[in-house]
Amino acid sequence: MPGEPLIYARGLTKTFGSLRAVDAVDFSVTRGEAFGFLGPNGAGKSSTMRMIAAVSPRSGGDLRVLGLDPDRDGPTIRGRLGVVPQEDNLDLELTVRENLYVYGRYFDIPRRELRARIERLLDFAQLSERADERVEPLSGGMKRRLTIARSLVNEPDLLLLDEPTTGLDPQARHALWDRLYRLKAEGVTLVLTTHYMDEAEQLCDRLVVMEGGRIAAEGSPRALIGRYCTREVVELRFGPGESERMAAKLTGLGGAGVSERIEVLPDRLLVYTDEGDAAVAAVEALRLEPVSVLVRRGTLEDVFLRLTGRHLVD
Amino acid sequence: MATPPMLRAVGYFAHAYRRTWRASIMTTFVNPVLYLAAMGVGLGSFINKGGHTAALGHLSYLQFVAPALAATTAAMTAASESMFPVMGAIKWTRTYFGMLATPLRVGDVLAGHLLWIATRVATAVSAYLIVMAAFGTTPSIETLAVLPAGVLVGMAFAAPLAAFAASQDNEQAFPVVFRLGVIPLFLFSGVFFPVSQLPLALRVIAYATPLWHGVDLCRELTLGRLTAAGAAVHVSYLLVLAALGLFLAKRTFQARLRT
Ligand SMILES: Nc1ncnc2c1ncn2[C@@H]1O[C@H](COP(=O)(O)OP(=O)(O)OP(=O)(O)O)[C@@H](O)[C@H]1O
Ligand SMILES: [Mg+2]
Repeated sequence: MPGEPLIYARGLTKTFGSLRAVDAVDFSVTRGEAFGFLGPNGAGKSSTMRMIAAVSPRSGGDLRVLGLDPDRDGPTIRGRLGVVPQEDNLDLELTVRENLYVYGRYFDIPRRELRARIERLLDFAQLSERADERVEPLSGGMKRRLTIARSLVNEPDLLLLDEPTTGLDPQARHALWDRLYRLKAEGVTLVLTTHYMDEAEQLCDRLVVMEGGRIAAEGSPRALIGRYCTREVVELRFGPGESERMAAKLTGLGGAGVSERIEVLPDRLLVYTDEGDAAVAAVEALRLEPVSVLVRRGTLEDVFLRLTGRHLVD
Repeated sequence: MATPPMLRAVGYFAHAYRRTWRASIMTTFVNPVLYLAAMGVGLGSFINKGGHTAALGHLSYLQFVAPALAATTAAMTAASESMFPVMGAIKWTRTYFGMLATPLRVGDVLAGHLLWIATRVATAVSAYLIVMAAFGTTPSIETLAVLPAGVLVGMAFAAPLAAFAASQDNEQAFPVVFRLGVIPLFLFSGVFFPVSQLPLALRVIAYATPLWHGVDLCRELTLGRLTAAGAAVHVSYLLVLAALGLFLAKRTFQARLRT
């Protein structure tokens, strides 16, 4: 059906005993989009991803993936998905190439065709040189790259990536982003979870922030920053233990329309403002003389922390 | 033509086996040689000379023990292939989860693994038959039927034990199953001496165990003495056990793999 979303969830719920890991969430993902799930540990991201991947039956609500019902059409859906699970499940005793081969055979890809695809995937994952080595001694990043290559063996329409770059070095992360852009340009729909806000900002057209199994906010990275943060943030550092006292003196900034909000952290003050320079000027006018002053752009990380708090969740 | 999903799963196990097949084939052949030499020939010459063959139905001890050992090897191979490897594919290598992210379903994964175990059992039983021939037990056309009979014995063990393995949180219970389950069966199922030599109470228990049915089936087959009634009892017993195991395994696999 044209115009039908690739993933459609209404009231989607997953319970484990009395725990509501995913608590009646609504979202939809359209074809060609890059969609992200953010959220602290235990928010329910992986549980949601596993229901989309048709490996975990939903406990309630509606879910359609590629226009089909995962409970009924699991094999058909999974045949068109690529999945990078949070936890690698490569066969450590087999070689890099054999891992791709046995996985490709699960999709019944004809052997000749599969061999040709494997060469391309090895190249894509920059693993051609290690192709005939056992997987076990490979570095964590190489294993991750192999898992990602493996998820592409069936040339999926929809790619589900659960923390694809956790544990990768910056080079490997950027190389992966690069490849994800390429896939997106080819029309592959991407759904990913990540704890890296820069990654979410770079890759996602749209994202949701989950907390405690619910969706706390939804929108494009830019829109979320606009809604939950200011254009700029001024970070002020004072001497040890002075933050609280200085914050009291800064309360006037809000009234003057310079700052929307001030957040007191143990080591610094954050002044949320749309005009960083004006805020700095106002602080200087008060002769507070902070140890250091930094003006930076408001980021998705600010949004995330605002929505989910600064405390550890579990 | 599309490959049936369960055969795609078998493909994985066959591929993984390629790494260890040499060592594994060695033991598959060396074991029957050792057992038939020690039991059939060594212990056998002692028993045959002692004139105890009346209780064996006037067979040589080798003739008596060899088909029973073939049935036992089917059970042993099945037991060792269906506990640790199942736990491993759930917990350690997580192989099943890789399979389940693809078009394969839980039933395909289970059927594929059991089919692979059946292949290993068939190899082990074939090795026994070859070694038996080499030891000069008169080969007969009926002897070949020990191969499917052995596979049936294997499935009667593998399916329930795979069901059990998938229900366990860890592997702690597996050595206990071997020590208190498989080994006593090995000793008291009429492999080494006729069950009729046991006191009545033990005899009744022996008749109720799967290995005795497997042993008797294989032995009577090789000797060409299997009656239709005997065949029906043994085969139905083993089929029911395998089917029950399959039914339970489907449930424990489902509960463990589709969370
Ligand atoms: N198979 C399971 N059985 C019982 N509880 C589970 C299971 N899987 C997840 N949970 C629970 O569901 C909740 C959500 O877990 P989930 O893995 O979806 O979180 P997450 O957002 O992916 O977290 P992380 O960022 O740490 O990966 C957690 O409380 C977790 O303990
Ligand atoms: Mg997770």
